[in-house]
Amino acid sequence: MTNSVIKTENLTKVFKVGFRGKSVAALKGLNLEVTEGEIFGFLGPNGAGKTTTIKILMGLIYPTTGKAWILNKEAADVEVKNRIGFLPEQPYFYDYLTSREFLRFYGQLFGLEGDELRTRMNNLLTLVGLEDAADLQLRKFSKGMLQRIGIAQALINQPDLIVLDEPMSGLDPIGRKEIRDIILRLKEDGKTVFFSTHIIPDVEMICDRVGMLMKGELVNVGRLNEIMDAKVKYVEIVARNVSKEMLAHMEAIGSSLYETCDHVSINVRDEDRVDSILQLIKDGKGSVVSVIPQRETLEEHFIKKIGGTS
Amino acid sequence: MKVLTIARNTFREAIRDKILYNLLFFALLMIAASLLLATLTVGEQSKIIIDIGLASINVFGALIAIFLGIGLIIKEIEKKTIYNILAKPVPRYQFLIGKYIGLLITILVNIVIMGAGLYIILILNELRWGHSIFDVNFDIWKAIYLIFIELMVITAIALMFSTFSSSSTLSAIFTIAAYIIGHLTEELKLIGDKVQDSLLKGPITFFYYFLPNLDNFNIKGRVVHRLDVPSSYIALVTVYGLFYVAVILLLSGVIFQRRDFK
Ligand SMILES: Nc1ncnc2c1ncn2[C@@H]1O[C@H](COP(=O)(O)OP(=O)(O)OP(=O)(O)O)[C@@H](O)[C@H]1O
Ligand SMILES: [Mg+2]
Repeated sequence: MTNSVIKTENLTKVFKVGFRGKSVAALKGLNLEVTEGEIFGFLGPNGAGKTTTIKILMGLIYPTTGKAWILNKEAADVEVKNRIGFLPEQPYFYDYLTSREFLRFYGQLFGLEGDELRTRMNNLLTLVGLEDAADLQLRKFSKGMLQRIGIAQALINQPDLIVLDEPMSGLDPIGRKEIRDIILRLKEDGKTVFFSTHIIPDVEMICDRVGMLMKGELVNVGRLNEIMDAKVKYVEIVARNVSKEMLAHMEAIGSSLYETCDHVSINVRDEDRVDSILQLIKDGKGSVVSVIPQRETLEEHFIKKIGGTS
Repeated sequence: MKVLTIARNTFREAIRDKILYNLLFFALLMIAASLLLATLTVGEQSKIIIDIGLASINVFGALIAIFLGIGLIIKEIEKKTIYNILAKPVPRYQFLIGKYIGLLITILVNIVIMGAGLYIILILNELRWGHSIFDVNFDIWKAIYLIFIELMVITAIALMFSTFSSSSTLSAIFTIAAYIIGHLTEELKLIGDKVQDSLLKGPITFFYYFLPNLDNFNIKGRVVHRLDVPSSYIALVTVYGLFYVAVILLLSGVIFQRRDFK
C-alpha cells in the first residue's frame, strides 16, 4: 500500500446526456494500481474512458460510485495536488499569456515566487526548447509548442507523480521522441509517470507497464511481455537469387512466400524448419539477406482485443 | 495569495479584452454628449450633466459587470482552461473568490475612469460660465461609490448564475432581469399590495424580499439637487450590499464545490 501512487477501486462514472437524461457509462468498475517509480501507459481507443479516469484522479469530476486515491490521499484532496504535475488532454490554456507569464502564473498557484520561481521557469523553458518563445503569446503557438509549454507547466512544482493526458498527440516524430526522453528522465529521477495515449509505439518504447482500457473496462494490465504473446509467431527470411524449383520445394515444407522485385521473403511458422530452409537457399547458390523472428506486436494485440470485445 | 494570483490574472484577461474598451468608450461618449445636451436646455446645466453622467456610469458599469461577470466562469469551462487550474492546489472557493475580486478591480478602474470623465466635463462646464472649478459638486463621488457597491452585488449575481448554468445567454437574461427588477422593487411592492390574486401575490412578494433593493444605492436625485447625503446612510447601505454579496458568494461556492467539470 505504501508505494501505491495511484489506486482506484470499482470506479464508475455515469454521464447524463441530452434533455431526456440518457445515461452513458464512461467507466464501469475500474480497478487500477500504479506503483512508485514506474512509467504506466494507459492505452485505449477513442471514447474508452481515459480522460474520464484522469479527470476523476485530478478531482475535476466526482465518480458515480467507487473511490480513487493519489499518493494515499483521496483524489479530491487539494493538498495532494502540490505533489502532482498534470497536463490536460488538449492544451487548453489562457492564450493571452506569454510563456513566461504562463509559467509564472502556475508557479504562483503552487506558492512559488522570486528567484526560485525564475530559476525553475528558465530551466523548464530550456528543457522543452522554448527559450526563443519565452515572450510570445500562447495564441501564436503551434500545436507542438503548446504541448511543450504544457509539459513545462506540469513540472513547475517538481512533482512526484506526473499525469499526462495524451502528451504526444499532435506532435511530429521528433517532438514525440523529445517527450519520450523527458518521461524517461523523470523516471530516472525516481518519479512516477502515468500517461494516456493511443499511439502504441510510444508505449512499447518507454512503458514499464500498460493498462488497456476498452469501453470503460480494464481489459488487460501488466508488463508488456506479460500481456503479449512473447512466443515467436514466425521467422521471416529474406533471400535473393532463389530458383523457382527451390521455392516450390520450400512451399511444400510449409512456409509462405512473398516475392518482390528481386527479393523473396519466406515466412516459416515452425522454428525447427528454419535451419533446413537456410541450407536449401545456400545449396541453390542463393544469398540470405536477413532472418528476423516475428513476435506479436502491441498493435496486433490491441486490434485483436478490440475485435474481441465489440 | 492564490486568490490574488487568480484575481490578477482575471484583471489581466479583462484588460486584454476588446469588449471592455468598447463599453468604456461608449460610456465616455455619453458623458461628453451630456455637455452638448446641457447647452440646449435652460436652467442649471450641471444638474443635467450629473443626471446623465451618473446614469451612464450606472448602466455601463452594470453592462461590464454582467457581460464580464457571466463569462467569468462559463468561459473558463467552455475553453476548458478551468481543468488545469483546479488540478493545482487551489480550493474551488478560492478560485471563485479570486475571479470575483479580479472583476471587481476591473470594474473599479473603469468607473473611476468614467467618474473622472464626468468630473472633467463638470469642470469645463463651470469654466464656461466663468465660475470657480471648486463649484463642481463633489458629492458625485459619493454617488459613484454607491454605484460601485451596487455593481458588487450585480457581479455576485452574475457569478452565481455562471456557476451552475452553462448557457451565457440564459445567465445574461436572468442577471439583467435581476438588475431591472432590483431597481423596481418599490413598484413591485405596490403592485403586490394591490393584486388580489393570491397566485400572483406569492411570487411578487417573494421577489420583493429575495431580490436586493438596488434603488437603495441610488442617491443620484439627492446629489443632483445638492441635498445632503448623511454618512450614516452610506454606511448602512454599504453593510446591506456587503451582506447580500456574502450570502450570494456563499451560495455560489456551495454550488461550485459540487459541480462536475466535463
Ligand atoms: N461530459 C460528458 N458528457 C457525456 N458523456 C461524456 C462526457 N465526457 C465523456 N463522455 C463519454 O464518456 C466516454 C469516455 O470518454 P473519454 O473522454 O473519457 O474517452 P477517452 O478515452 O479519453 O477518448 P479519447 O481518446 O478520444 O480522448 C465517451 O463515450 C464519451 O462520450
Ligand atoms: Mg481523452
